[in-house]
Amino acid sequence: MGLLSFFNKIEPDKEKHPFLHTIYDGIYTLFYVPDHTAQGGTHVKDKIDLKRVMFTVVLSLVFAYIFGIWNIGHQHFKALGKYLGVLDGLHLKFAFGIAKILPIFIVTHIVGLGIEFYYAYKRGHGIEEGFLVTGALIPLIMPPDIPLWILTVAIVFAVVLGKEAFGGTGMNVWNIALLTRVFIFFAYPTTISGDEVWIAGLTNAKAGAAAHYGWIEQYIFNPLFQMLHWDTFPSAGQVVDGFSGATPLSLAFNGGWDSVMSHFSTSELWFGLIPGSVGEVSKPMIIIGMLILLITRIASWRIILGGLIGAALTAFLLNVWGTTPMMQVPWYYQFYMGSALFAITFMATDPVTAAGTKWGKWVYGILIGFFGIIIRVLNPAYPEGWMLAILFMNTFAPLLDYISLQSNIKKRLKRAKV
Amino acid sequence: MKYIKLLPIILVFFIAFTTPIEAQTLEEIGTKTTLYTAIVAFLILLVFMGVPLYALYKPKSLFKNTNFRYSKSILPMVPPSLPSYAKGKKVIFLKGGHDLWLTGAPQGKLLDRTVKTYALQPTEFRGMFPIPKVIVEVGEQVKAGQIVFYDREHPEVKFASPVSGEVISINRGAKRSIVEIVIASDNQIDYLPIKAPDLTSISRASLVDFLLETGAWPLINERPYDIIPSKDSVPRDIFISTFNTAPLACDPNIAVNGNGEAFQKGLDVLQLLTPGEVHLGLNANDKVAPADEFLQSKGVKHHWFHGKHPAGNVGIQIHHIAPLGLKDKVWTLTVQQVIQLGKIFTEGRWVADRVVAISGSSVHETGYIRTKSGANIGELLGAVDADARLISGDVLSGTQKLKRNFLNWKHEMVTAIPEGKYNEFFGWLIPSVAGPSDSKTYANYLFPHKQFDGDTNKHGEKRAFVMTHDYDEMLPMDIHLLHLMKSVIVNDYDGMEGLGLKELTEEDVALAEWRCTSKQPLQQLLRRGLNMLREQEI
Repeated sequence: MGLLSFFNKIEPDKEKHPFLHTIYDGIYTLFYVPDHTAQGGTHVKDKIDLKRVMFTVVLSLVFAYIFGIWNIGHQHFKALGKYLGVLDGLHLKFAFGIAKILPIFIVTHIVGLGIEFYYAYKRGHGIEEGFLVTGALIPLIMPPDIPLWILTVAIVFAVVLGKEAFGGTGMNVWNIALLTRVFIFFAYPTTISGDEVWIAGLTNAKAGAAAHYGWIEQYIFNPLFQMLHWDTFPSAGQVVDGFSGATPLSLAFNGGWDSVMSHFSTSELWFGLIPGSVGEVSKPMIIIGMLILLITRIASWRIILGGLIGAALTAFLLNVWGTTPMMQVPWYYQFYMGSALFAITFMATDPVTAAGTKWGKWVYGILIGFFGIIIRVLNPAYPEGWMLAILFMNTFAPLLDYISLQSNIKKRLKRAKV
Repeated sequence: MKYIKLLPIILVFFIAFTTPIEAQTLEEIGTKTTLYTAIVAFLILLVFMGVPLYALYKPKSLFKNTNFRYSKSILPMVPPSLPSYAKGKKVIFLKGGHDLWLTGAPQGKLLDRTVKTYALQPTEFRGMFPIPKVIVEVGEQVKAGQIVFYDREHPEVKFASPVSGEVISINRGAKRSIVEIVIASDNQIDYLPIKAPDLTSISRASLVDFLLETGAWPLINERPYDIIPSKDSVPRDIFISTFNTAPLACDPNIAVNGNGEAFQKGLDVLQLLTPGEVHLGLNANDKVAPADEFLQSKGVKHHWFHGKHPAGNVGIQIHHIAPLGLKDKVWTLTVQQVIQLGKIFTEGRWVADRVVAISGSSVHETGYIRTKSGANIGELLGAVDADARLISGDVLSGTQKLKRNFLNWKHEMVTAIPEGKYNEFFGWLIPSVAGPSDSKTYANYLFPHKQFDGDTNKHGEKRAFVMTHDYDEMLPMDIHLLHLMKSVIVNDYDGMEGLGLKELTEEDVALAEWRCTSKQPLQQLLRRGLNMLREQEI
């Protein structure tokens, strides 16, 4: 093949240019599976490798991405009181969403992969594909208007201290994507929580605030749409009266389910026409991704089922208790709001940070469901609980494994005595 | 032109997606969008997994040759149906495992081929001093059953020649260890007569001495560690597996054919060696019933197993019959080794016969050969492709060999598969079913009986452990293999022992190593751990 001989021709010298060679190796192994043969163990190997596993996860995220991109635009124009219909101004909504998500996506990958490349070169091993999934997850759990420098600082923190310090892909204790988010959550709380941040492109989320568009919308999309005689981005826009950027969760916390219903319908909540992080809003798209992960058995069904059962049960018990408005929200509607499904499907099932034994996976999943709902409903400071619940359980996953392994060891010792 | 069948499907989708969504309510739009997305996602997934889309149009072709092996896991309450011969028996069902279907299976045909050179390979016996004491010289004539060398540390453990003929060379390897003692066979085998004792009146001690003296002792394999037992070792039980589930494996039913008397005599001898039981593992997962020689064997306990590979591995069977305690020792033998042991008593001579399966997609003529242990690989295989990898044993746990090397002591098959030294373009991404895989990201599991030309390509690079549920399905034992391997890596002795390292040998973890997403060398790790534990005991 021509491309293969091209790759062979441009291979940099490993001794003279180790850094160049690392980058070369990363790109080369992306295009071609290396011609290594099995030595010293089994003579045939399964066709699966880590790249394919990671790519399957990315594939399952694609649909949440597409919907999230559209919803960024939809929420923006809804605030301006324009294109209120779902199918109105599709091109504007998608263009606006792309203009918001693309910088986040690019910065995430440049920073994250840059660190990955550097450490691969430092350690003298190949570039590992762990960041493929992390890089795809990070834009999905950010508000669309996140300042890029904050994102950069957070990714550097998460990848260097959360992953590389522990030894790279497969060695980390905490989920890298969530570590990025939790860093922003505690270091720059105003950019990632509250009612103001979930709707993009507004000076603030109050009535009368102005809309603003960046150069991508003004100088790339507008001329393009003009050429096609489509609607263009308006030069000036104002947030309509009576608009609030409040998320269903904050509405529910203060006013219960009735307050949520006064702003959104259940269909809007289910299909995801609500403000929130990019990927978490559309429940059908998350379920499609969940099915892909379950059919291909990449994700552990024990964790997902355990998480759903734990969350449902906890919410049900809180219904019974029912002293605050949030507690009285029917337990099944807890899944309509916030990132419950997204977190259980894509974040809790990260095999590296989750428990590794079958029993451990059940307990891990159920406890994530439990803590997620507890933090969401009972804690006044944090509007949503999944990020903290999963990081908390990440910390305790080795303990769950330890308990499970000790019972296995005890069983074996008992057998020896008999 | 075969893709023309796809046209109606494409047309339907084209119409469905280009028709404007007329509905106006959010519910209708949302439901339709979800439905369309789900269909698209399903189609993308199918293409990604490598299902030929036109097969959807003709569902029969998709499910042809498919036996829905997942029906069992969908309905775990319903036990799988048993073949008629196993009905009413107490069967141990093993969950998980994987049958690796490769092309080039030996079809039960006996090939008429004679092998001229044979060898004893001292380095393949574990627990011996590296340089044994060789008591024959190059050029000397030996008889079949004549002692060729003995261990320097345990001089009572002796090794006998499988054939009669001239010793043509003694090959040395690293650090002057002796790797091969090569014997050119006579056309007519000249056996050294052995005066077998009467089994009815013999004591265990004198039987052990007799076996050591004749060179039959190394037929016995001791677990844990897979070593030749010491003279004083008393096994708790003895285990024999009468079937082989490894890919392309030799069928013991063929080997035992006509050797029923010797097999029974071998079992009788083994019963005298253990205070416990002799256990026989039988296959309840084949169309053909196990041979009568197995079914009618006396004085032993029969256990039926139903499951995919590695159900035929004796280690898995031990775990489900009577698991190995921390201080226990058990012995294992293969069927052919039991026959060889029995023939000392029935025929009064050292008959090192082996029925060897010749298999693999690189072999020009597959089948079975009646030969002796330690036969030359090149002569056994006959014509093979130039770029083939030659393996003594099966493709999962066998040893790589050259044409001038020899069959291992325990092995009953030689395999030749193509070397996979090629670069695969987007091999991790492009949909394909053209390779053996158990990963559900490939559609292979819809076609479980499709055969592949396995090759030795690694299909990826070594990574840290990431996936945590890969191994569970590949090892039907109550062992947390991933954590066991991690405890070997960190030299955690208590963990290794407690998590069951001693219950395993290389062949048991070979399937998990094949399946490993991160391409970790599990067999090497396992042996490293076993060596560490063994050093503690000595």
